[in-house]
Amino acid sequence: MAGPTFVAEAPEALSQIPLESLTALYHAASGTTHLLAPPAPQILAALAGRPGTAEDVLARIAESFDLEAEDAAAAMSARLAELEAAGLVRRA
Amino acid sequence: MRHRLDLKIGPVSFRIGSAWPQPIAQLAALYAPYPKPDGIADFTVRLEPEKPWRRLIRPSVAIHGDYTLPDAAPLPLAQGLLAAEMGMNLQMALGQKRFLLLHAGTVERGGRALLLTGHSGAGKSTLAAMLGEAGWRFLGDEFALLDPATGLIHPFPRAISLKNQSLALFDNAAPDRLGPVLKGTPKGTIRHLRPPADAIARMAEPARPALILFPRFNRDFEPETRPVGAAETFVRLTQASTNYVALGRPGFDALTRLVTATPSFAIDYRSGAEAAALIDTLWSKTA
Repeated sequence: MAGPTFVAEAPEALSQIPLESLTALYHAASGTTHLLAPPAPQILAALAGRPGTAEDVLARIAESFDLEAEDAAAAMSARLAELEAAGLVRRA
Repeated sequence: MRHRLDLKIGPVSFRIGSAWPQPIAQLAALYAPYPKPDGIADFTVRLEPEKPWRRLIRPSVAIHGDYTLPDAAPLPLAQGLLAAEMGMNLQMALGQKRFLLLHAGTVERGGRALLLTGHSGAGKSTLAAMLGEAGWRFLGDEFALLDPATGLIHPFPRAISLKNQSLALFDNAAPDRLGPVLKGTPKGTIRHLRPPADAIARMAEPARPALILFPRFNRDFEPETRPVGAAETFVRLTQASTNYVALGRPGFDALTRLVTATPSFAIDYRSGAEAAALIDTLWSKTA
């Protein structure tokens, strides 16, 4: 069963600066600063202006990022729920 | 207001009014060599009686101005100078929009700035003041003003607020540089020290940040130096800033640029001399 479809802001709406292994992100719409750990920046990039489900995101980031989890789809859904709560992705 | 003083400190100008002559006279003595503002002051501080009759009966100084905290407790008139200093801090903390404000002591050598930041009581103010007497140019002991447009730190050499044990360290300063000893203030015993003459003469000269330190004073710690990563420095500096959120995107850009370009260390020290030695070593290695 396909889960909900999410979309993230277009890249120009976000400023992102890598700080060692983390990424500082400024979300202009809310004026909020976030400090993100992988795979959050990769998920935002995969969904930037391009809606997708958890499975879609997994397929899109598979080349660049290996989500080391037994149930990768469930882990991705959990990460998407966190990003939705933080206001960085929304339901498409 | 009955009594008034206009002051320019670094790039910021203040107009301070008072219902009583004493705080203005003490401020005027402490800030005697400072220039007057060129035009209209950026911020106004007003020292007023809490109630009209409190100007004369048990005089009690309430801190008002462009920006006011509704629940700030008034101070006795004997601490009127402290009220003026707190009023200036309050205007900066709540109203400054041109610079990213970081709670940090700052000194400069060779055009490059050293930032000392950390919690209240970590010793940043005392260390900045000590270094200012020992070959560094003192830029400020309270706020570092980071210009988002240039990435430079602007001096804000206010009178240094010496607290409790720190007073004794500056007993040898020229008497005209010292304000009255203020006992029983909310922060204990306080005495203000005018910064060295070169800090005032060169207060229009900004400096490029070169090193960020998080000092921690504790007699029980072995002296130690630890590098602090850019992400941790970023988070700690957002917490050390009074206006990071208000500045929005320019604040984010300025702070990320600062932490990615500037090495950062935590130091534990047991005495001022030990801190000075640790700082010298780090400065010669990194800055």
